[in-house]
Amino acid sequence: MTASLLDASVGLALTLLAVAILAAFARLLRGPSMADRVVALDVIAATIVAAAVLYALRTGLAVFVDVALAIALVSFLGTVALAQAIEAGDRE
Amino acid sequence: MTGILISLLVVLGASLVLVASVGVLRLPDLYTRMHASTKPATLGVSLIVAALAIHPGDLGIAVRALLIVLFFLLTAPVAAHRLGHAAYRAGVPRWPGTVRDDIAQRAASGAGAGDDEV
Repeated sequence: MTASLLDASVGLALTLLAVAILAAFARLLRGPSMADRVVALDVIAATIVAAAVLYALRTGLAVFVDVALAIALVSFLGTVALAQAIEAGDRE
Repeated sequence: MTGILISLLVVLGASLVLVASVGVLRLPDLYTRMHASTKPATLGVSLIVAALAIHPGDLGIAVRALLIVLFFLLTAPVAAHRLGHAAYRAGVPRWPGTVRDDIAQRAASGAGAGDDEV
């Protein structure tokens, strides 16, 4: 009983996350500035971290937790590096 | 009991992430979009990771889940601050309804030295 409830809620949550990635991707395409695209990528990375954790919950494989941690780390470094590039380049 | 709590946390967290990304799509300028991208997204991911932490399993997973939350709480404000400052310097336009600009006020009120240290 509770197992099927957990399955259903994880499935619903993954659907919500898929819609979230689509919305952020629309912002990524639309821009208009470079910083807007970085914000959209940041949200997409956070969504993928959440999805990896949900996969860990669904499959019971602990590896996906490490995947989530690594994506969070790389996403932070990427955001900071792109912020430095925007500040140095002053281009849009 | 724990199963119901986990399901609740998972759905609530995913809804918050969806709210964050709809905010990034719909809000009028970069700075309000950053408001949407940092707070709800961090809380949403934290709720989903909390669901993983209270899921009965071995202790290592719970510790790593706690690390993810800690990492997000530490890095989200830093990244948003760097990005917002860089965008302001690069001259990304603000929403016309913006009522307050502390950096411009500080530069206008004189003081001269240290106006770069905001």
